[in-house]
Amino acid sequence: MMRFLLLFSRQGKLRLQKWFTPVTDREKKKVIRDVTMLVLARPPRSCNFLHWRDLKVVYKRYASLYFCTGLENQDNELLTLEVLHRYVELLDKYFGNVCELDIIFNFEKAYFILDEFLMGGEVLETSKVAVSVSVEEADTLQETMEEYMSKPAY
Amino acid sequence: MPAPIRLRELIRTIRTARTQAEEREMIQKECAAIRSSFREEDNTYRCRNVAKLLYMHMLGYPAHFGQLECLKLIASQKFTDKRIGYLGAMLLLDERQDVHLLMTNCIKNDLNHSTQYVQGLALCTLGCMGSSEMCRDLAGEVEKLLKTSNSYLRKKAALCAVHVIRKVPELMEMFLPATKNLLSEKNHGVLHTSVVLLTEMCERSPDMLAHFRKLVPQLVRILKNLIMSGYSPEHDVSGISDPFLQVRILRLLRILGKSDDDSSEAMNDILAQVATNTETSKNVGNAILYETVLTIMDIKSESGLRVLAINILGRFLLNNDKNIRYVALTSLLKTVQTDHNAVQRHRSTIVDCLKDLDVSIKRRAMELSFALVNGNNIRGMMKELLYFLDSCDPEFKADCASGVFLAAEKYAPSKRWHIDTIMRVLTTAGSYVRDDSVPNLIQLITNSVEMHAYTVQRLYKALLDDISQQPLVQVASWCIGEYGDLLVSGQCEEEEPIQVTEDEVLDVLEGLLVSNLSTPVTRGYSLTAIMKLSTRFSGVNRIKKVVSIYGSSIDVELQQRAVEYNALFKKYDHMRPALLERMPIMEKSASNGPTEIAQTNGETELSVVESKHPLPITQPANQANDLLDLLGGNDVVPVIQTTMPTKPASAGGELLDLLGDLSLSGGPAPAPSVPSSQPSFLLDGLSSQPLFNDIAAAAIPPMTAYNKNGLKIDFTFERANPNPNIAVITIHASNSTEADMTDFVFQAAVPKTFQLQLLSPSSNVVPALNQGTVTQVIRVLNPQKQQLRMRIKLTYTLKGSPVQDLAEVNNFPPQSWQ
Repeated sequence: MMRFLLLFSRQGKLRLQKWFTPVTDREKKKVIRDVTMLVLARPPRSCNFLHWRDLKVVYKRYASLYFCTGLENQDNELLTLEVLHRYVELLDKYFGNVCELDIIFNFEKAYFILDEFLMGGEVLETSKVAVSVSVEEADTLQETMEEYMSKPAY
Repeated sequence: MPAPIRLRELIRTIRTARTQAEEREMIQKECAAIRSSFREEDNTYRCRNVAKLLYMHMLGYPAHFGQLECLKLIASQKFTDKRIGYLGAMLLLDERQDVHLLMTNCIKNDLNHSTQYVQGLALCTLGCMGSSEMCRDLAGEVEKLLKTSNSYLRKKAALCAVHVIRKVPELMEMFLPATKNLLSEKNHGVLHTSVVLLTEMCERSPDMLAHFRKLVPQLVRILKNLIMSGYSPEHDVSGISDPFLQVRILRLLRILGKSDDDSSEAMNDILAQVATNTETSKNVGNAILYETVLTIMDIKSESGLRVLAINILGRFLLNNDKNIRYVALTSLLKTVQTDHNAVQRHRSTIVDCLKDLDVSIKRRAMELSFALVNGNNIRGMMKELLYFLDSCDPEFKADCASGVFLAAEKYAPSKRWHIDTIMRVLTTAGSYVRDDSVPNLIQLITNSVEMHAYTVQRLYKALLDDISQQPLVQVASWCIGEYGDLLVSGQCEEEEPIQVTEDEVLDVLEGLLVSNLSTPVTRGYSLTAIMKLSTRFSGVNRIKKVVSIYGSSIDVELQQRAVEYNALFKKYDHMRPALLERMPIMEKSASNGPTEIAQTNGETELSVVESKHPLPITQPANQANDLLDLLGGNDVVPVIQTTMPTKPASAGGELLDLLGDLSLSGGPAPAPSVPSSQPSFLLDGLSSQPLFNDIAAAAIPPMTAYNKNGLKIDFTFERANPNPNIAVITIHASNSTEADMTDFVFQAAVPKTFQLQLLSPSSNVVPALNQGTVTQVIRVLNPQKQQLRMRIKLTYTLKGSPVQDLAEVNNFPPQSWQ
């Protein structure tokens, strides 16, 4: 299973954090600091995997955002790259040409989409369409449309 | 009070802050507003406020005062509130918080809500971060939802069940009935999560594993359908249908097929099919192949399939994609123990990966290279590894150096090569070697008696070049102290001897003492080395001067040493030669390094017991003298205290001969300390005694272990001291046929409770017509005092044809093992 999923910018600013095991706040900060530093220090054309503590860290850079996750030993690293890619595709479909700003201003949406795709560190739904449909249908249930429906002007 | 600002507004405002301080100020202001809004119990804007709080929490600011508000949101009827409330709970309310349990009731209600998306939120929250108590309370609800026909809920319930099982493994049984027809689902989401659930159950319980083995045919069928079915737009990834599901099924198959022949056979075909038909141009295909290879290697697959798997890994190694090379190296590392030969075929590619630019790949390649080193490829591999050691990053050097030492100890083709390799490591990565390598190296050097002159010369030359690497300097100063006489006498055979005077040597050692680069430990080594040279060099005055200077050193350790050495010069000068004599060969303790005492596999197998570091086999005469001196002043004289010292006729057994002499000439009454005034007597004893002695005046009677086809093997016994559990058996092999027996190899195995050590034989040729015997020493450790039994294997060549024989030896005299 995945232990955590982090999204951070090239300057190291955190944009999303999902933890799949109970971790104290202090420990969370430490993990974020360590992993962010490790990943940002990697030269451009390196392999996307590295070892940190007892976990395998898989990361991929999409434009200005790093998508980074910590795996346990028996997890398939190559497949996890596909998982990260799938998440980006889902974000892209939802926001239409997603960019970092979308995720900054609509972070809660990013979480909602993530929660329809992954749960407890495992893939929940393998069909792109099914995930998008669930998120959109759930959106229609929201009572106050004005708060959330329109894309904000930055 | 005006409406609180919107989330997006807040985000925009905060992003305009130009400094950390400005941001902090904005946030504090907003937090204050939010706090007062919470105090007013405002339902309308609670959602907005919590959302803002979550944003600020992500920036790293404290948000604990929002925890209870999240609970209120969860309890609200509005979906928007619940959504943000559950999100807040997942971010702020992990199980370490006190209010965590308060969620339980809300979640329970929401699990039974009429809207599936609300149920989904509850399942998600429970499944991501529910505590053990919560899981216990709500497991029943989850189990109910696992049986629903709504596939949206069913898949979430499945992963929620996985979480429950992880938290409370005892509840696993509860979910068993619901798993009955999980795999007959058509919905891929449900299928995938069901496979994850089954995997979790099988990993945790062997009973479940046995129970679910019957699902193998069904899993194989599902996998086959995925591969054979045509294009399905919903699940397609670069031409492959639902790779996530395929990989999970492969993983479950791996667990089910492990150690089970029938299951493994049932999946052989599909594995072969996946391995050969999967498209490898994109990462997704390689991900599936990777999982397939892991499965093939773990189950009881037929050899053709295993070869196919290793070949796939070999192809991966040549792939341009770094990620794929990395996983190939990782997988090969896992399989190198079991399929060593197959992996060896890819050795050159692996060694090339040492030169890869990527750090992760280099590390994996290094680990794998060390695993592949064996007696045949040691020279070539070591060349590559030493080159790697030269050029690698500092983070690798320590591990690489240790690996080189270990490999060199195991497989060194010659002593000189071994010493050269060590020198190379010390000079290139000398500051990165581990602390325990210095004593290990010193011990190794002591044991390579014939290389002493060569070693000290090379170390001296290295010192002249560079004194910054402490381990190198320490080993070098120790050696110069021990073998300085060989250095100045120019005795080196292996290479051109250098001309060095005593003064030059003392210059170097004194230089170490004063240099800023030397650590206190190094200084201690060099002072002791200088002192030792006082008995090996002729000019003692200079040494006396140095020693007396350091008597007032600030460093306490140096001061103490110098004062003691000074005292040695002044008051105990007559003891100085004895104290500073050449060190004896040190016996390596069994705990570190390659096996001296080799564990045997019990009676059923014959294990080849080789001696790696023979105890004093080839010992020049002066070593024997040194040993005498030591024994002279020493309490521990092994043979005297035991019942029975036979004169063991051992190869190169001058040491044991001495012990035999001691006992025979010293009388039966144990005289623990043989006074040092008697060395001459003992020496005389040595010269008058023949080396090979058939005296059978033994309390432990010798026995004939084997007598067949002209080859006779006798065992003679002795108890070793200080450990009375060790029996020392000497075999005498004699040959009564007309032709010599060449390539004679004696091997022995003992039951598990014993430990066996076989030393080098005196020779490999048993001369014909009883003209001589081949002797070999076996040491048997028998802590449980069980009856000694042994199985022996003899191989030799007689008149050109190889002969091999196995025999059991059961007629050991009781005194040898009681």
